[in-house]
Amino acid sequence: MEFPRILTNNIDKPDSHRIDVYIKAGGYKSLEKALKGMSRDEVREEVKKANIRGRGGAGFPAGVKWGFIPKDSDKPTYLCCNADEGEPGTFKDRLIMEKDPHLLLEGIALCCYAVDSHLAYIYIRGEFCQQASILEEAIEEARAKNFIGQKILGTDFDLDVIVFRGAGAYVCGEETALIESIEGKAGQPRLKPPFPAIIGLFQGPTVINNVETLSAIPWIIENGGDKYAAIGTEKSTGTKLFSVSGHVNNPGVYEIPMGYPFDKFLAEDLGGMKDGKQLKAVIPGGSSVPVMRVEEMENVNLDYESIADAGSMLGSGGMIIINEETCMVNALRILARFYAHESCGQCTPCREGTGWIAQILERIVGGDGKEGDLKDLGELADGMMGQTVCPLSDAAAMPVKSFLEKYRDEFEYFIKNKRSMVTG
Amino acid sequence: MAAAFSEEGKKKFDQEMARHPDRQAALIPVLHLAQGEFGFLSQEVMEYVAGIMEIPVSTVYRVATFYTMFNKKPVGKYHVQVCHNLSCSLLGAEDVLEYIARKLNIKVGETTTDNKFTLSRVECLGSCGTAPMMQINDRYHEDLTQEKIDKILNELLTRG
Repeated sequence: MEFPRILTNNIDKPDSHRIDVYIKAGGYKSLEKALKGMSRDEVREEVKKANIRGRGGAGFPAGVKWGFIPKDSDKPTYLCCNADEGEPGTFKDRLIMEKDPHLLLEGIALCCYAVDSHLAYIYIRGEFCQQASILEEAIEEARAKNFIGQKILGTDFDLDVIVFRGAGAYVCGEETALIESIEGKAGQPRLKPPFPAIIGLFQGPTVINNVETLSAIPWIIENGGDKYAAIGTEKSTGTKLFSVSGHVNNPGVYEIPMGYPFDKFLAEDLGGMKDGKQLKAVIPGGSSVPVMRVEEMENVNLDYESIADAGSMLGSGGMIIINEETCMVNALRILARFYAHESCGQCTPCREGTGWIAQILERIVGGDGKEGDLKDLGELADGMMGQTVCPLSDAAAMPVKSFLEKYRDEFEYFIKNKRSMVTG
Repeated sequence: MAAAFSEEGKKKFDQEMARHPDRQAALIPVLHLAQGEFGFLSQEVMEYVAGIMEIPVSTVYRVATFYTMFNKKPVGKYHVQVCHNLSCSLLGAEDVLEYIARKLNIKVGETTTDNKFTLSRVECLGSCGTAPMMQINDRYHEDLTQEKIDKILNELLTRG
């Protein structure tokens, strides 16, 4: 299947992170094209035509989001690049930051020009120390060549980019928690509305976009939004990075056009199941999406609509492949432990629900499950959906609901027999 | 003796305080600086940061206790943080934890008596494709096998 490598064109080149390699490959030409030959409206129009949807997980159209920025605000507009990459199973943004940081920087610059922002923050998870260093170096390289800084490429566009390291909090991947964190507070999400486009960072209009989303902008500007929209499917345009882990032969990050068939992906690109084991379950897009049984993934294409129709979500594209030897009760316990750890504590259904769910599952896996446990888990999960300031609560509840729905027999067995049906 | 930044630290502190549209935005970067210089964020260090930033100690304490990477207690020279989330667990994270605990002769969560190693469980580090893996201070160590773990830890043991 032929498709342009929009995001991974440079990553296999030696020293791909260096500006001379990026420029040689045609880098920063889109920025020049935009600054010298396009109005801000025209740049936004191309991104709208491309219909690129946010690649962090929510899938909201970037061009529409940029359009929400008011033109008449008395406060500066900011861009926050979301490089927090905390969703379990997701490790795709780091590939761009490590191997093609200038692609991201050019995308950031294009976005800032489009929304008239002059300061961009790259909020990068604190654990990504190496990646933060690479970004800092790339920014200095770009500054030296006048792609960042004052009077960029001789125009009157100024831009500064700050790499802001987080300090270990999954919730700070949520856009308003991210803003709170930059502002020097605990990462507790804000109620929306008001949306960040109206009141965001330092009370100013703010765009927050994922690394992968911003990194696609240079190609869109160079080739046109229509060309981007011609790739993929009608509603899921372009290409997507899938980061695949678990029991496959070839885990890693793959750029594929939206709509790519899962069966083909598993058999050909991923090299099939490791050690010849059978596929049992797939988490298609990060731990927060419903788990899918193997038969539910048959003939499913990898795009937002198809995966939703099949009963899950494309999410971040963090795909976890699970084989027949895996105890799904233990798998859920591991995820529940994660959400309980990461709940910011602000909302009662999440704070109490994640904690209680984790406790129940810990007990079950420890051989001390009780008869009412599954009913409690179900009620707790139901009580956590749509009830909170941010979707972490829903993210914690969805795996509980889907695992219980699809692997109930394993849970009942574990409680009754005090051991795993699968691993004994 | 009260905590105080070195000259280098003070310079970085000043730079950080000047670069953001709002001064409080410097808090998390300054706490990273402080942890780098003092090893962990003790009560004394938090009071020092509050003083030089001219913000309440409770504000510093709130932020320091919210974020997992800020250590409120001392950690060993090498903080061995093993991911125990789903993909890593599918690929043997528990075995890795058990192996390292045995090798260092401590339980998970503890520090060796010579204060050289602390062994911790952590959540997803964004390295699922190279599971199982761990972070030691600033570096990721991926695709772990027993041989690889031996090599890494032995190198740190001899380094001192």
